[in-house]
Amino acid sequence: MINDRELELLINEVFEYHGFDFSGYSRASLKRRVDRLYQLDGFKSVGEMLSRVRTEPEYFKRMIEEITVNVTEMFRDPLFYKVLREEIIPVLATKPFIRIWHAGCASGEEVYSMAILLQEANLLHKSLMYATDINPLVLQTAKKGIFPLQMMKQYSENYRISGGKKDFSDYYTANYGFAKFGSDFTAKMVFSEHSLVSDGSFNEFDLILCRNVLIYFDKELQDRAFTLFDDSLAKLGYLALGTKETLKFSSLQKTYTQHNKDKIWKKKE
Amino acid sequence: MEKERIANRYKVLIIGGSAGSLEVLMELLPGLDILPSFAIVLVLHRKNAEDSTLEELISYKTSIPVMDVEDKTALLPGFMYIAPSDYHLLFEADNTLSLDTSEKINYSRPSIDVSFESAAEVYGPGLAAILLSGANADGTEGLLAVQNAGGTVIVQLPETAQMPFMPSNAISNTNPHYVLDVDGIHQFITNMNS
Repeated sequence: MINDRELELLINEVFEYHGFDFSGYSRASLKRRVDRLYQLDGFKSVGEMLSRVRTEPEYFKRMIEEITVNVTEMFRDPLFYKVLREEIIPVLATKPFIRIWHAGCASGEEVYSMAILLQEANLLHKSLMYATDINPLVLQTAKKGIFPLQMMKQYSENYRISGGKKDFSDYYTANYGFAKFGSDFTAKMVFSEHSLVSDGSFNEFDLILCRNVLIYFDKELQDRAFTLFDDSLAKLGYLALGTKETLKFSSLQKTYTQHNKDKIWKKKE
Repeated sequence: MEKERIANRYKVLIIGGSAGSLEVLMELLPGLDILPSFAIVLVLHRKNAEDSTLEELISYKTSIPVMDVEDKTALLPGFMYIAPSDYHLLFEADNTLSLDTSEKINYSRPSIDVSFESAAEVYGPGLAAILLSGANADGTEGLLAVQNAGGTVIVQLPETAQMPFMPSNAISNTNPHYVLDVDGIHQFITNMNS
């Protein structure tokens, strides 16, 4: 187990040597992830871990991959997707062009879920989905649109609960234990590395989804991310957060209206 | 002064349980009055569902106010908190709760081990942890962490548990301060900080 002081040391070294700033991350979770990696890789001392992080860029990459949480699923929280499908997307439909940003997309399952919703609403042709993450490895998976076949049973159930009426298996081709989603979807997606900690706004969007990312940030870093989202949202655009995240108590609270009790906020005019 | 310090030893009571633990809580909670000197946190294995049936059920059975747990919810004495489904519940040094969607531990999210370990780290001797009925090994590692941090370890008497595996496993691998039936647990909680 690493102690608090050692964790702060690691955070400082990572920033100094690699420019990644984890100082705004919630400590309880970050510490757990670092501890897990420490055990996983069989380090005998924290000094040994620090030295590898400092001197081996490949190891640092591994650290980023392992300490960031990349757990995701298609139509995660299906009732959230039901609201998107029935109440938000019909509003977006009136726009000549729809720009969506998935911030912290991990391996992209939620981006493909969105593509399915857009296609079923006949809007995919005029939509573009930007998907970003700080972890380049998960973005590679996301780009391919290939997910484990064994997950499809649950995803198909999520899809159904979200109001999906089609046969979910029509959306992918199954091969060697994997499900590959169609290139008509990937054609409408742009994947790129982007850090909510250090990067700025890069476009204007009608809908930004950032679900279960802010839980890993402290209040200050959350506020930075909120400002970034605000700078990147068109008037009357929507911001969607995870089930347990909120815009309440943030600097944006006054200029946004919550959509019913859902984790979706609309920017005022 | 000394007396007062001892009287306020506990900051947090954390209770973990799996199969058969809800029944224990249904029996235990109605008998508890408001406990203003510490917070109560429940970490129960629950179905991955978006509804809040468990919160409603528990609120209905207790006079202790149940706070909705969201990201960075403040942990306050006198209130009860329930780990939301599909998240691990963690404790921050500034007395807030944080959430984590990382991999399941012991096939569970929330995992009892994860919350117990995190609470032990922040609250040390100011933590009391109770492990109830269950058919899974979750909780044992967490109780060890509580024990090592100087907290108080309580396990439900396995013979009184609908699913004795979880408490039995904990008893074999830790040195619980108390092994109690539901009445004993009730007694312990009512006497905390008094």
